[in-house]
Amino acid sequence: MTGSIAAIGAGLAAIGAGLGIGRIGGSAMESMARQPESANKIQTTMLIAAAFVEAVALFAVVVSLLGNG
Amino acid sequence: MTHINNFKSTYYSLKTLILTIVFSFVSIFSFANHTTSSSATDSSKIETATIHSSEASENISPENHGEEKFDINKTIMEHVADAHDWHLWGHTSIHLPVILYTDKGLDVFSSGKFNHGHDIYIGKYSYKIEHEKIHAVDENGNVLSDIKVLDFSITKNVATLLISVFGLMLIFLTVANGYAKRGIGAPKGIQSWLEPIILFVRDDIAAPNLGKHTNKYMPYLLTVFFFIWFNNMLGLIPFFPGGANVTGNIAVTMILSVITFVLTNINAKKAYWKHIFLPHVPLWLYPLMIPVEIIGIFTKPFALMIRLFANITAGHILVLSLVCLAILFKSFAVGFATTPLIVFISAIELLVAFLQAFIFTILSALFIGMAVNIESEEAHH
Repeated sequence: MTGSIAAIGAGLAAIGAGLGIGRIGGSAMESMARQPESANKIQTTMLIAAAFVEAVALFAVVVSLLGNG
Repeated sequence: MTHINNFKSTYYSLKTLILTIVFSFVSIFSFANHTTSSSATDSSKIETATIHSSEASENISPENHGEEKFDINKTIMEHVADAHDWHLWGHTSIHLPVILYTDKGLDVFSSGKFNHGHDIYIGKYSYKIEHEKIHAVDENGNVLSDIKVLDFSITKNVATLLISVFGLMLIFLTVANGYAKRGIGAPKGIQSWLEPIILFVRDDIAAPNLGKHTNKYMPYLLTVFFFIWFNNMLGLIPFFPGGANVTGNIAVTMILSVITFVLTNINAKKAYWKHIFLPHVPLWLYPLMIPVEIIGIFTKPFALMIRLFANITAGHILVLSLVCLAILFKSFAVGFATTPLIVFISAIELLVAFLQAFIFTILSALFIGMAVNIESEEAHH
């Protein structure tokens, strides 16, 4: 039972992170298309922002792993 | 010239020292005798799993019995976690040394004495290993919970750490030696392969965040970058020199983030502390802002720790669960279907191995840069 709830938690975390990283990636691509000369800078910033979003999702994954065990 | 010679001799003595340390602890390979136990080696687990899943296929509902027969969770967690012996293939494994400290003093012996959890080793106390945790036991094998056993063993992770330190030393002392010999002229050999990466760390990671302080923090950033990258890559190798999950061990990532935390706060300028304790907000917001800022000091390295740990562990779990699918369904078709997927995920993991090293380094540079370059930021306000 706790295993299934933990799985649902991990799934919810994946939805949140997917939305967040999708938005970051989409906006970064848009701005790179507008200003190709600053693509390098945008890419670095994009990766940092994506890492922050991902970290929150990974907190949720760790919590659901712990909850599972 | 004497300087270079000194450097060279220390380099060789270091090399021999590390080699001696690594190999003096490793006992000779030996064979496990017991094949049908839950905590035995992989292939025996797969054998029992096959037997059990054929039984399970007779009564169709896998929820009732399947999980007990081939416990996918347990298998994966055993592979992700640390171990006291290093499994090579079949029933062969390297028995790493166990170092225990109790109130009676040190106990050093080979983990082969436990015989994969079947035997009790009698040292100053009697010890038993259970799920890679060593307990002190009495004559009947009951755990004595009031005796504290501190485990300083050279486990799989520690051995991998020593190997990776040796590997990194070998690579980077060669490179450093090249610069000492040839100056900053054209690079040669492994030097020319690493120079672009070192420049990448300096120009794209450190310099934009640290500005004029770049050179001061380059040694740390380079070390942490190559350490994480090297160990991530070692973790992706499924057999002997790799196979351990070093950067997916929360203690290792904690130490890395603690170093970043200490560097950030020791080198922080006055304006950094002023920003925390006397922020530019109305006075009535202080009871809210100051605790938030103080928590912020700790959450940044905490997030660094969790990010690296969870990313690498999640990657390992993903690959392992795909591998386990074929065993779980006991079907060649599933195996054929999952193999390209495993290759694809492993390729992504190669990218993640680099990306996590990059992220950890750039965030460390960012946090340190925020603390040391704060005056120039304040001037813009």
